[in-house]
This record gives sequence, structure tokens and C-alpha cells, in this order.
Amino acid sequence: MPIIWLFLIVIAISAIGYLLGRSRALQSAGGDSRNLHSLPTFYGANVALKTVIPAFGLLIVWLLVQPLYVNSQVSEMIPDTAVKEGSSRSLVMAEVRRTADGLNNAVARGLLSETEAANPNADSAEVTQLLKEAGQVVTSDISKPVLLAAQKHRVMNATGYSVMTVAIILVALAGAVFSWFQTHSEYRARNVVEQGVRVLLLAAASIAILTTIGIVLSLVFNTWEFFKLYPASEFFFGTTWAPSFSGRGGASDLGIIPLLWGTFYISLVALLVAVPIGLFAAIYLSEYASPRVRAFAKPLLEVLAGIPTIVYGLFALLTVGPLLLGIFGDNGLGWMKAGTAVMTAGLVMGIMLIPFVSSLSDDIINAVPQAMRDGSYGLGATQSETIRQVVLPAALPGIVGAILLAASRAIGETMIVVLGAGAAARLDLNPFEAMTTVTAKIVSQLTGDADFASPEALVAFALGMTLFVLTLGLNIFALYIVRKYREQYE
Amino acid sequence: MNDMTRVERAVDSKDIKIAANNVQVYYGDTHAIKDVDVKIEDKTVTAFIGPSGCGKSTFLRCLNRMNDTIDICRVQGDILLDGEDIYDKRVDPVQLRAKVGMVFQKPNPFPKSIYDNVAYGPRIHGLAKNKAELDEIVEKSLRRGAIWDEVKDRLDAPGTGLSGGQQQRLCIARAVATEPEVLLMDEPCSALDPIATAQVEELIDELRSRYSVVIVTHSMQQAARVSQKTAFFHLGNLVEFGETGQIFTNPEDSRTESYITGRIG
Repeated sequence: MPIIWLFLIVIAISAIGYLLGRSRALQSAGGDSRNLHSLPTFYGANVALKTVIPAFGLLIVWLLVQPLYVNSQVSEMIPDTAVKEGSSRSLVMAEVRRTADGLNNAVARGLLSETEAANPNADSAEVTQLLKEAGQVVTSDISKPVLLAAQKHRVMNATGYSVMTVAIILVALAGAVFSWFQTHSEYRARNVVEQGVRVLLLAAASIAILTTIGIVLSLVFNTWEFFKLYPASEFFFGTTWAPSFSGRGGASDLGIIPLLWGTFYISLVALLVAVPIGLFAAIYLSEYASPRVRAFAKPLLEVLAGIPTIVYGLFALLTVGPLLLGIFGDNGLGWMKAGTAVMTAGLVMGIMLIPFVSSLSDDIINAVPQAMRDGSYGLGATQSETIRQVVLPAALPGIVGAILLAASRAIGETMIVVLGAGAAARLDLNPFEAMTTVTAKIVSQLTGDADFASPEALVAFALGMTLFVLTLGLNIFALYIVRKYREQYE
Repeated sequence: MNDMTRVERAVDSKDIKIAANNVQVYYGDTHAIKDVDVKIEDKTVTAFIGPSGCGKSTFLRCLNRMNDTIDICRVQGDILLDGEDIYDKRVDPVQLRAKVGMVFQKPNPFPKSIYDNVAYGPRIHGLAKNKAELDEIVEKSLRRGAIWDEVKDRLDAPGTGLSGGQQQRLCIARAVATEPEVLLMDEPCSALDPIATAQVEELIDELRSRYSVVIVTHSMQQAARVSQKTAFFHLGNLVEFGETGQIFTNPEDSRTESYITGRIG
């Protein structure tokens, strides 16, 4: 039975429990809801929650634990001799799982009967042939121990899931019945439901945090793997980036400096474009524009933020690049060799960041109390003096926050760089040269056909980790700046 | 009402500083101020009293054209400062506001140091030729604001770090730093505690020797304590205007009497 059915059954039990709990509560109060401690819906919700939460909790735990248990049981069946030279137990286990899945799919499509699939005396070569014909992914010939293990794997999983289904429905029913008996006019259902809501919200918050921790851990472990294969000092201080995909290890130079320089240079150009334009636009919108212009212009500016970055990338590649080439290329000033350059990507990325800077700054400038402006006007200051000397200093912490947010976006941006700045890692001061960034290289390192265990692929995690630490540092720095100025300006 | 007898009523100068004739103010379709005629004398404290929403703050803000910053606000009639119409096209509101300073209801020091708060006006109007002169202006203004002794050792500290009463005196010092001729105060003590209020009231009495002060207040006791002239506003009309002592002891209009005895308001 698919899990979705199990899910629906539990939901149905809880829905019925809701109605029964509600009516039992009303009954116990003699049909008058004023005699109840809580509203009737709380009694219903109490039953529903006590049905759903334990059942789904068990479901999650079961789904996490069963594969681990089955794997460890099946793994014992494979003798050390079955693990080939140069291979590992985990690879053999992957083959076992693939075979088990293949058998399952073949049975599901009627190519193999249930008894044939479970037959321990089946010829492994025949099974291999059959699975291959059925279009299942089976790489090498399935050996006898692997076949037996796969069959065992199937059986254990199948029983596991049946037991799970029964257990979960029982737990759901038990919860429903238990809470139904609890239901009484004196029972404090509201307090219980409020607690339940709290737990629900807490769970949502923890999922976000746990996911973050998971991502960081996966980055850390893979980075660690990379540094076992490639010296950290060469990664951090190497000034050339030249990964080789032909041979394994050895020939590759994986220095991060040129990538960091490209990231920094392109982001700098982007911020030089976005910060003044965005800030001035925000000042115009919040201080000078009439409400009608503002109501029309602000959403229009924010449309820029809704354009997918790949479209910006196309704009860089097809419009801005050739345009710049016309001015700075060989027919013009002669500084630029091709359309893809730091300048191209930086300009387009700057345009992309304008709404980030302007929208946030606009909100922040609007939040500066009118009393500040009145005080300044009351002293005979002009509008621009008031903005420059009173409004902007008061809004500064927020504006710095907006700029740093834009910087984080710039550092993490990929598509515009891939299309606008080229793919050559280079250490150069000329902004009309092609360069590339950390993010663009993460993409190219992982989309190649390199072995996933090679330093050329694992370097992507080290790059990601570096990027993560950089943006984290930037955010901490932003918080520090904001806090420091807030002491002064509030 | 015993306070009134303690305040000296003698007024040295009787020159008319601001003369308002037939002033009408509209907020969109609302007629907020109706036919107001008022003559504000130089070196005098004039108090505007009246119930909330009667238009006294609105009228005060007309005197230095602060209502210009509100889009829907229209002002009709003449307001003459030293005989010149301040709503004339040739008058620059920015320069007018340097001449007619304003102190607001809530203390609103800028997010700057105490020194920079006071130096703000002189700087934008170019009143000081050099740093030494600016220092002098700042010290003089802070002394006039009766706050110099409290802040002289921490001029670089942020103005927002002062207590409410100190902030309001800083705002007064900031307003007098541009050498205004008139000081408008919009309920300057409503956000302050009694001790800070007493300090600010004492300061207002001192300021009278140099400036013409117009103060809007909700507190009739305060009007009686600090002002020589009182104007009573009700529903956008100027009901009565005269000597403070006379308004509080022998009002001519029955509405004024009702208000000061607490029957309307």
C-alpha cells in the first residue's frame, strides 16, 4: 500500500475523531456549549491532534529507521569474498538495492511472478538478463550473494511496510479512542490544543534550522574529503585555476584566488552601479515623489526584482556585451576583446540589484520619523540639506543593511556571470577582461562527467564552503555595523 | 489660578511683530481656521489655548509656513512679519524659518552629537566664519537654552542620549542658534515631567527678553504662568485675545469662561 493511502487513512480517522469528539463534548454538557470548559471545536481538535501527531511521528521515525535496519541485516549476508578488489561494501550494497528495486519493478510490470522473484535457487545470470530486458538499471552481472541479498532486502522491506501500516493505523485509532474517552465538559481541551499549536510551530521552526545544519554539515564533510586529496594551502593561496578532467588528481591547479578576485571584482562593479542609483531612486520615491507617482513608480521598479536572473544573463550576453564591445572593443578604444567581461556582468548585475537597494532603502527612509524632518525644516534647512544631514544619517544603519544584502546577492549570483563574464579564471585588473566567479565554477565543476570522488568535483564543496563563510562573515559584519550605528542614531 | 498673581505682567515693548489678518486654513475640504485676526507683540510671550483640534497648532504652523510641507493644506489671508507678507511669492520659506524658529511637541534632537545639533542651523545658514565662531555660537545658544552646564563636558555625546527635559532644552538651544526673531513652541512641555516643565517654563520667561515667543499649550496653568497675552481658540475660531490676566479672571466671551472653568474642552 503506498504511503499516500496510509496518510489519507490517518487523516480520515482524525476527521471522524474530530466530529465524534465534538459531539461527545456537547453531549457531556447536555447540549449547551456554555457548560463546556472550551469551545466544542477545541474538543474536536484535541481528538484530531492526538490521532495525527503520534501516528505521523511514528511514520517519520519508521521511515528513517527501517532502511538502516534492513541495510545492516542484509549487509551481514554478503561475505567478504563477494566484495571485489578495488570495490567497497557500500558499492556492493548499492548494487543490492538496485537489484531489489529492479525485481520490484519487474514484478509490478508483470514480467516476473512473485514466486520467481523470491526463488532462492534462481539462476543469477538469467535474472540479470531478464532485468536488463525489462529496462531496469543493472550494471554488471548480478552475483549469487547479491541476488540472495536483494531478495532478502525485498522481503524485509515488504514485511516492514506491512507492519508499519498496521502499527500506524493502530496508533492513530488508539490516540482517537483515548482522547475520545478523555473528552468531558470539565476537560481543558483549549489548553491542550494551544500547546499542540505551539508544538506545531516549533516543529516548523526546527525544520528550517535543522536543514541549515544539515547543509552546513554536508558542506563540511565534503570539504574535509577534498582537503584529504588536495592540500589546503594550495587551494587557499594558489593563484591559478586550471582543473584537468583528463587524468585523476595531479595535473589540476585548484587555487581559489582568481575565483575570489573575479567574484569580488564583479560584485564591486555591480554595487557601484546599484548603490547610487538605488539609493537616489529611493530618496526620490520617499521624499520628492507625489503619492501618485510613487504608487506608480515603486511597483514598476520592483518588477525588476521579479525578472529571472537567466533573462538578465541573456540581456548581458546579447545586448550589453556587444554594446560595450562597440565602445571599448577593437573598433573603439581597444581595451576589450570579447563581449563577455567583468564590466558586462557587473553592469547587468547592478541593474538587477537596483530594486533590492531602492525598495529596502525606501522603506527605511520612510521609517525616519517626520519629527526629524520637521525639526530640520523648522530651522530653515532646505529639502536636500534635510535629507543629506538628517534623514540619511538616521536611516544609515538600515541602508548599510540593504547594501550588504545586495552584496550577498551579488556574491551568490551565478547565471549572469556564466553568460556575461565568461568562464576563464583570471587574475587581472582590467575590467574589460573575461573573468569568472566562485559560483560559476561550482556549476562547471559539478556538471562535468568527473568522478564524484575526485578532487576536481569535490572542490565544488570547498568553494561552496568558502562562499558560505564569506557571506556569513558579511552578514555578521552588517549586524555589527547596524548595531554600532544604532547606538548613535536612536 | 493663584500663579497668575505671581507673574509680572509688565510688558516692555509694544511693537507688533506678527500681524495676522483674516487668516483661513483649509485641509482639503475641511475649513480648519476661520477668520483669525491676531497681533503678536515683540518681546512678549503669547499663549494659544483651546481644546484639542481647535486649530491652535495649525495656526502656529502657519506663522513659519511649516504647513507648506503638507500637500493638502491651503492658507488664505495675510500674515505680516514686521510688515511683510510671509506668504508673498518673493519670500523664501527657508529663510523665513530661520527667522521664525520652532520647537516641537516631542523633543526631536537629530541623530547627531549635541554640538552638531546646535551647530546645524548656523552651518546651513553660514552664520559662522570659522570653527572658533561656531564654538562661540554653540556655547551661547546652549547657555540661552539653560543646558550648557549639564552638557559642556560631553558635547560629542549623541543628543538622543539626553533625558526628555534636556532634549527639549537642547531643541530650544538649537532653535535660538539661528538667531531667530520669533520662537514658536508647539506644546513644548507636553512630553515632559513637572520638574523639566518648570525648567522649560523658566527658560521661556528668560527668552522673552530677546524674542517674541508664541506658545501653544493645553495647560491653562502653564499659559497663566508664562504668558503675557493669551488667545483662546475654539472650533477654528479665535474667540478671545487679550491680556493673560484679563482672559483668566474676567473673560468677555462666555465660551472662554466655560473653557477656563473646565466646562468645555
